[in-house]
Amino acid sequence: MVKLTVNGTEHEFSGDPDMPLLWYLRDIQGLTGTKFGCGQALCGACTVHLDGAAVRSCQTPVAAAEGSSVTTIEGLSPDGNHPVQVAWRELNVAQCGYCQTGQMMQAAALLKDMPNPTDDQIDDQMTGNICRCGTYTRIRAAIHQAARLQEAAR
Amino acid sequence: MNAILPSPRGGVMNLSRRALLMGLGAGSLVLAAGGASAQQRAFGGAAMPGGLRDAPNLFVALARDGTVTILCHRSEMGQGVRTGMPLIVAEEMEADWARVAVGQAPGDEARFGNQDTDGSRSTRQGFLSMRRVGAAVRQMLETAAAERWRVPVAEVAATNHTVVHRASGRSLGFGDLAEAASALPVPDRATLRLKDPAAFRYLGKGEAGLVDNRAITTGRAGYGIDTRMDGMLHAVIARPPVLGGKVRRFDAAAAAAIPGVLRVVPIEAPAQHAPFQPLGGIAIVAENTWAALKGREALVVEWDAGPHGAYNSTAYRAELEAAARSPGQVVRDDGDAPAVLAAATRRVEAEYYVPHLSQAPMEPPVATARVTADAAEVWASVQAPEATRKNVADRLGLPLDKVTVNVTLLGGGFGRKSKPDFVVEAAILSRAMDGRPVKVTWTREDDLRNGYLHMVSLDRLEAALGADGKPQALRHRTVGPSITSTFVPTSEHQGPFELAMSATGLPLAIPNYRVENPAAKAHTRIGWFRSVANIPHAFAVQSFIAEMAHAAGRDPKDYLLELIGPDRRIDPGTLADRWNYGEDPALYTHDTARLRGVIEKVAAEARWGRAMPARSGLGIAALRSFASYTAAAVEVSVDARGNLSIPRVDIAIDCGPVVNPERVRSQLEGAVVQGIGLAMLGEISFADGATEQVNFDTYELARMDTAPREIHAHIIPAGSWDEPMGGVGEPGVPVVAPALTNAIFAAIGKRIRTLPIRNQLAG
Repeated sequence: MVKLTVNGTEHEFSGDPDMPLLWYLRDIQGLTGTKFGCGQALCGACTVHLDGAAVRSCQTPVAAAEGSSVTTIEGLSPDGNHPVQVAWRELNVAQCGYCQTGQMMQAAALLKDMPNPTDDQIDDQMTGNICRCGTYTRIRAAIHQAARLQEAAR
Repeated sequence: MNAILPSPRGGVMNLSRRALLMGLGAGSLVLAAGGASAQQRAFGGAAMPGGLRDAPNLFVALARDGTVTILCHRSEMGQGVRTGMPLIVAEEMEADWARVAVGQAPGDEARFGNQDTDGSRSTRQGFLSMRRVGAAVRQMLETAAAERWRVPVAEVAATNHTVVHRASGRSLGFGDLAEAASALPVPDRATLRLKDPAAFRYLGKGEAGLVDNRAITTGRAGYGIDTRMDGMLHAVIARPPVLGGKVRRFDAAAAAAIPGVLRVVPIEAPAQHAPFQPLGGIAIVAENTWAALKGREALVVEWDAGPHGAYNSTAYRAELEAAARSPGQVVRDDGDAPAVLAAATRRVEAEYYVPHLSQAPMEPPVATARVTADAAEVWASVQAPEATRKNVADRLGLPLDKVTVNVTLLGGGFGRKSKPDFVVEAAILSRAMDGRPVKVTWTREDDLRNGYLHMVSLDRLEAALGADGKPQALRHRTVGPSITSTFVPTSEHQGPFELAMSATGLPLAIPNYRVENPAAKAHTRIGWFRSVANIPHAFAVQSFIAEMAHAAGRDPKDYLLELIGPDRRIDPGTLADRWNYGEDPALYTHDTARLRGVIEKVAAEARWGRAMPARSGLGIAALRSFASYTAAAVEVSVDARGNLSIPRVDIAIDCGPVVNPERVRSQLEGAVVQGIGLAMLGEISFADGATEQVNFDTYELARMDTAPREIHAHIIPAGSWDEPMGGVGEPGVPVVAPALTNAIFAAIGKRIRTLPIRNQLAG
């Protein structure tokens, strides 16, 4: 039995403890905002927060979340207005949008650690997240925008 | 019945049925365009299967609360069609964009007209029919208001979600008029009055944000992989790693023993060749995706490789090179290029190679199906809903009208999702599981092993330069497996549509010009990839022009402009291009002034000709594709160890009038990144008939640190809204690779002729 908290709610899971958190979230919890892209932690589409840190849920067994708190895109903010979500909309970052939840989760973790990142820091922290549509210049701009929004809200 | 109501479960349509009042003009459709007459060849949307539809009751619903729901009948895969197409309707009907909800039409070509989302043509071919839809709704609302007030309809006008009677100052909201307008007959097409473009509030303004922005940013957007329903099962499939391979034997015991695995189901490949049917294999059906994956891992399968088991990319390249060094089928022949080349004293020749590529959309192919005794319903991210419907119906032996195709958002498409083989798999498995809904998920490994790859291409160019340094003759031999081989396996030549993509059809002022297409057999499924054969052809031609410029001691941009020659409008047919992206050659000429225009734009923006630091350079390339003109100027620097950086790319498009400039820029930005990625990293290679790359560690895509720091996308303004529109989704891609390699040559004098570049710059 694995006990974990997902978006503030406690859950118990008696299935295969090796099941990747990704499939637990998607198939068992119905939280489909976390995406499958590669299954090998190569693309970042499945990024969630585990006790506040960005992790690849496709390579994180649900057992590794025992006693921990998982945040997905659905729980990033109560009203969908986290600074990265607002910035992503303001700059129309998305094309197909599929990878963007992972991008935003990675970006939100980045902004917690580095409230005002440089371009090089953004590239360094975001390079594990692939966007096949190629929205990188807007992602970079949106992270700067989110940093400003975050600063203004303080 | 009300024709406009989408399936309440359908794809990304989230409104409840109750929210929709009724369809406009129920049962009285306007005539449909499309279907060529026997005498006259049709072009554009009218020539597509199913043609175009402009019946307002198909596309628009009004609710009493004023909400206007507009159906999008094309697939959204990032190009912005769910924003752009409804925006056209909203503009014409004077709707307030903030009060518009967008629904997604199910796959039904007989009702909605052609729904294939490919060829960069949804907007250019659908613009007028969507305007007619909006104009008809506006006129029905105006008529309803005039009848209510008992005034002549000429005295009322719709404006921003209300109809106003100018003389009396009375006004009624669209919601107030919904019921009455809906009961009116649909106006005849001949009576429709389109808005004066000077009065446009949305079109061309670039202010419309994406309709799915909030859903996307909160994780609530519904892609194919996100379908969930009661009792749904999950499946993955072990497919033959080699095209045409078969299961020799399999042992399902270990797989069946995995907790959560419910059944192991063999899937047969169809007996007759069928391009969009499954490859066959062994499916694992389970309670969740993870159990299915573990079951597949435990499955024991032995494969017979079949006829393509020896496919090897190194050997195949040698075959292509040999073919390109011998004469091939002549597909364009101006003057006498062979004779001039044979007599030439000053020759330039080069060979270029572009490998197979995989579209690799971030959402792999995934589909869900529920099949009952006499009907099937599927939910899938497909670019070709009607092909999906036909292939599911064929495979299940159901009539077409018993198959419902719900189109979800696509997590990228790039051509892969024009082939619905994965949807058919889900349908087969739902039937095998007695009608329980089954979702089939392709892993990334499946996607890269069992896809429909971009062709591999070898292009050999030879030129005879005259005393002025300009080519007197050019021979271009292009050889590679064709998409036509997916439909006719014996096909060994590129189709006219592939050759027209930057091989024939080039407006270069060269008197002796020959294009040849030697034969090449296909050993894997070949499919469309964003911008298709333009990628290898433009890479070769645009590189070769820069090579000739270098041989002639000329500036490559000036030389390119000189080869394009004086401004003129050319019938593409005279350039051996009888396809012309499906468009009327009288309307869509090859306008060299527009090609010059995009080149001059990027050259100016990139400050072409400025002094560059050591080991830095600018490269340029341009082409006409999908009825648009694009050019790119790429700036690079290469350090002493061969590390490449791309500080800036300028890309320009002349695509005629623009519905939503914001999305056009976004498509160009993405095209630059995708073009850089394929040029630097992209390769699928084969050994023993199977792909050597099965995930993103070896099939590398552009990442943030590979992408240019700055991308500047420029749109050449159209003279008027009457000019024909060009495509946008694809034309940005093919100019990028040659502009990049031309820049590398300018920076360090190294000519890249084989893609990807990867470590060719080291040392």
